[in-house]
Amino acid sequence: MTKANLAHDPLIRISKREDIPMWKSWLVRIIGLLLALVVSGIVIVCITHINPFMVFAKMASGSFGSWIKNTNAAGETVEVLTISTKRIWVTIRDIMTLLCISVGLAPAFAMKFWNVGAEGQVLVGGIATVACMKYFTGLPTIVLVLVMIVVSMLAGAIWGFFPGFFKAHWNTNETLFTLMMNYIAIQITSFMVAVWENPPGSNSVGVINRNDQYGWLPSLFSDVPNKDFGWNVIIVLIVTVAVFIYLRYSKQGYEISVVGDSVNTARYAGIRVKKVYIRTMAISGAICGLAGFVAVSGASHTISTSTAGGRGFTAIIVAWLAKFNTFTMILISALLVVLDKGASEIASSYGINEYVSQIITGIILFFLLGSEFFINYQLKFRHNKGAEPPAAKPVQAPAANTDNEDKEANE
Amino acid sequence: MDLTSFLTLFHSAVVFGTVILFGALGEILTEKSGNLNLGVPGIMYLGGISGLTASFIYENGNPNASGLVSALLALISAFVFSALGGLLYSFLTITLRTNQNVTGLTLTIFGGGLANFLGGMLQKFSGGVGQVKVGKAADTFGIYIKSIAGTDTSHPLYAIFGYGWLTYIAIAIAIAIFFFLGKTRTGLNLRAVGENPATADAAGINVTVYKYLGTCIGAGISGFGGLYYTMNYIGGTWANDGTIEALGWLAVALVIFATWRPINAVWGAYLFGIAYWAYLYIAGLNRHTLELFKMLPYVVTLIVLIFVSLRRKKEDQPPAHLGLPYFREDR
Repeated sequence: MTKANLAHDPLIRISKREDIPMWKSWLVRIIGLLLALVVSGIVIVCITHINPFMVFAKMASGSFGSWIKNTNAAGETVEVLTISTKRIWVTIRDIMTLLCISVGLAPAFAMKFWNVGAEGQVLVGGIATVACMKYFTGLPTIVLVLVMIVVSMLAGAIWGFFPGFFKAHWNTNETLFTLMMNYIAIQITSFMVAVWENPPGSNSVGVINRNDQYGWLPSLFSDVPNKDFGWNVIIVLIVTVAVFIYLRYSKQGYEISVVGDSVNTARYAGIRVKKVYIRTMAISGAICGLAGFVAVSGASHTISTSTAGGRGFTAIIVAWLAKFNTFTMILISALLVVLDKGASEIASSYGINEYVSQIITGIILFFLLGSEFFINYQLKFRHNKGAEPPAAKPVQAPAANTDNEDKEANE
Repeated sequence: MDLTSFLTLFHSAVVFGTVILFGALGEILTEKSGNLNLGVPGIMYLGGISGLTASFIYENGNPNASGLVSALLALISAFVFSALGGLLYSFLTITLRTNQNVTGLTLTIFGGGLANFLGGMLQKFSGGVGQVKVGKAADTFGIYIKSIAGTDTSHPLYAIFGYGWLTYIAIAIAIAIFFFLGKTRTGLNLRAVGENPATADAAGINVTVYKYLGTCIGAGISGFGGLYYTMNYIGGTWANDGTIEALGWLAVALVIFATWRPINAVWGAYLFGIAYWAYLYIAGLNRHTLELFKMLPYVVTLIVLIFVSLRRKKEDQPPAHLGLPYFREDR
């Protein structure tokens, strides 16, 4: 290489990786996650001035129990961790709701269809569920549950159908379409809340059928409602496995992946692209609608505009990070929910407000997104001497770069 | 509806519209560079909270605080911190090539969390919800020419001149962006980057620099929307009620409604404002139906979106490379 050449040769070159071993890609992700945890730890320490190890102990415990202040024999106040089954179930329940939405998004995303309308699809599913709980009186539990599942999925499917239909026929931008559908769903929810308001003037629906628990998803291991959320787990895991099989082994799943890779290829291969768009979006919406059922009948037993609570958006990131693999989504949903609970635990025990959990979620997601770069690309540094091709330095890279990110995330 | 109530409606519509106008103008600039930044709500949050915090720090315990200095501090810090939000987004999407939609949504989560967290801290610091007050900055932002507009809120002149000066800055920025995109070489280059980065690259345009600057400056402008909300709309305080997020999405909607034209965004924003407040002036709406009526701006945007895609008019389309990553080696 001559000097003149060198002047034009950039110090760092970026090139696409052909292939990366599984363990290496997970190593990069784990490094990214650890860095994210360090940064969020620093943020929390700056706010609360507590021992950084205590931060993680508290965060880890947030999903399993709570710290209760006790006085020991010597008269000092010590905090004791109390494990609570109830809390563990609540954590599992929240993981399942987030997972269900993420799984619902998988078919659409595999088709490169940006369904950012999960928030709305969950809400209409929830509205449909509440309507069943209110108006279909006198059915046996099992029948009612099945009816609610069908109706909520239908509502979600309708909400997914419209953007799919317009995208298929007129190539209407689906990101913006589904975004608008969210707000329409939110207003419909406000309307229904006003209609179902109980007690009048409270501007909320209140817990529905509190006395007879009609339409509540029962507990799996006991007769007491809300004791456990086993049915939530069963329903969501069935969907998770089903979508995995659907995407990977069915003909329709194959069509989805071809359309996702290239619409022109799909057309050339004789796949009816319009049909695939509409069908897949209806399925995606239906599963998000089911998540609305799980959130209402299986968890809150009420409806409000915050029933989806931003999870429709978080799920998008979960689905994206999991690369449409529904089993990876279990891990990521669990991670996000556990962190969220942990941050809330810290917030409540130090009297800071609960939005700190959103900040931490944001930081973690930024790092996980950033680490994808080091999985897909490699950095090649300029070699001044040799003529040999520069060697890739995959593993050191994330550390160097995520440093940059820290600075920005902190600003 | 008589003239008086229309003028009152118009006045509140303009104040409402200016919040989303700033957001939309910044996003137009960003999208023209080919970046679909769904982080607008987060950026508006950042702008709102950083402006408020800067004024608060300066005014708190300083009886001689000057309103002008306080307002300037708010303006500068709103722009800087929103632009930093844009920088974070640019670094991730342009340099690290992360997906734009996902990164934008994360920015919305992060910005919203940070803003509401800091807002909560400010509230706690000043003794409770609704106690945060940056009176001097808010007064400065609310200055208008009383000698022309008068103080009669139902007077036509008041409906034209009776707004805080940021309202007119928003219009000025819209006109500036219009000329910048249409009449200057830099603006044309920016559009070329958004339409076809490979061609722009071949023509010697530094795609990366244009994308970074377009996104960061755009984010800075969007951030003024948040500032306008905290200073003019709710009068120099903080509200943890998620309104900024809803308005941020409405700003994204406005970009489509305006078909990426800054001048359209101005009247579009005021129209959204009228649609938003109209329920107050329509007889026969009860508490239930008014909720349905409030979906009007979104339904209108949807119709425009469908209509634009039906007509397929070339000049109404989004930038051709919107939302797609550009990687030279991919060609």
